[in-house]
Amino acid sequence: MSDEEDDIILSELNDEDLVAQMFDDLYDGMKEEIEEGVNILLERDWAPYRILTEALVGGMTIVGHDFRDGILFVPEVLLAANAMKGGMSILKPLLAETGAPRVGKMVIGTVKGDIHDIGKNLVSMMMEGAGFEVVDLGINNAVEAYLEALETEQPDILGMSALLTTTMPYMKVVIDTMVEKGLRDDYVVLVGGAPLNEEFGKAIGADAYCRDAAVAVETAKTFMARKHNQGAAAV
Amino acid sequence: MTTDATLTTEGVAPKGEGRVLLIACGALAREILAIKTANTLDHLDLQCLPAILHNHPERIVPAVRDAVAKHRDAYDQLFVVYADCGTGGQLQAACADMGIQMVAGPHCYSFFEGNDIFAAHDEITAFYLTDFLVRQFDAFVWEPLGLGRHPDLRDMYFGSYEKLVYQAQTDDPDLTEKAQDCAARLGLAFERRFTGYGDLKKALTTIT
Repeated sequence: MSDEEDDIILSELNDEDLVAQMFDDLYDGMKEEIEEGVNILLERDWAPYRILTEALVGGMTIVGHDFRDGILFVPEVLLAANAMKGGMSILKPLLAETGAPRVGKMVIGTVKGDIHDIGKNLVSMMMEGAGFEVVDLGINNAVEAYLEALETEQPDILGMSALLTTTMPYMKVVIDTMVEKGLRDDYVVLVGGAPLNEEFGKAIGADAYCRDAAVAVETAKTFMARKHNQGAAAV
Repeated sequence: MTTDATLTTEGVAPKGEGRVLLIACGALAREILAIKTANTLDHLDLQCLPAILHNHPERIVPAVRDAVAKHRDAYDQLFVVYADCGTGGQLQAACADMGIQMVAGPHCYSFFEGNDIFAAHDEITAFYLTDFLVRQFDAFVWEPLGLGRHPDLRDMYFGSYEKLVYQAQTDDPDLTEKAQDCAARLGLAFERRFTGYGDLKKALTTIT
């Protein structure tokens, strides 16, 4: 079969087949195809939030599972993330306009002395995909930067990331400072990064250690549901 | 001498000679043997685990535990020639649990320079290569990161780095040239820093 015969015309697919094809395209990191798919679904009057959750997050969840299971590796995940980012950039302004549900708000950043941000960026993107508003502080954040963001952004969740054994203890500096200032209990604190583990998360006083982006999303959702339930019980 | 490719994927088995077994990262094999020869450390035997564990720190502790269990009875003493190496303190905890000493420091980049000197540099935007990693750049950096297939990913990985520091254990103009090429491929400035064996030599020569 020639390449020409293999070509799939996305606009000729029905909705179900198009979403399935977008899953494949996300998996293969095909950014332009994802952008095209998003635009086609918008033309077919799909709500931006539905496109995000059903086509993009659904596809990215498969990528996340295959990464966790050792089927996909970092380069492929980054390409998939890049493709999803392309779709998200089309949807983001529309989501705000159409009043898509907001699950919660997160401030996230890599800690002081650490410039690694691949994992953090994946978490940010997946959290946005799951309906969280994310304020990304970037890399090399001192405790003052986190505290300022907590005050100005008033998030539900603080996320901290570190890739180095030498920088991960800084997470405790941030949490201890939050405790000193009486702020600790106002926020859910999630931590992640390659050298961390659950024991470390507990030892520094975080609410949870998140092994990967998918776990971060699920953990964040669980905490938000708990917060919601507590709020409802108090009424 | 075992090839770099073998050190990367298989490591080196001990010879069964000597009272003390070093359980080491394969990326340190040449340096350890050079120190051993230069200082006549005949009481040291060497087992190297596959150097590629460098890219999978979560596998280091189980691999070291297995090696200790396998060889403990055959030697008077075991010594682990890894630093923390991205294990988040778990290798240190495992060694303490097994009653075995290890090299101090966060990683080989630090102990090659000397842990105090390395910490004083406080360089957060430097990407380091040793002699071994320069020789094995493709196997440890280029290929695992998919940069051959997807060069556009380079800035996602290295966009926050500013320079590549080649920590030279030996004076080798060919390696320096290769390290320069590595820096160019990653789009980073280049710096060569001769370290010799640093704290590694101190650690090995104090084992009795």
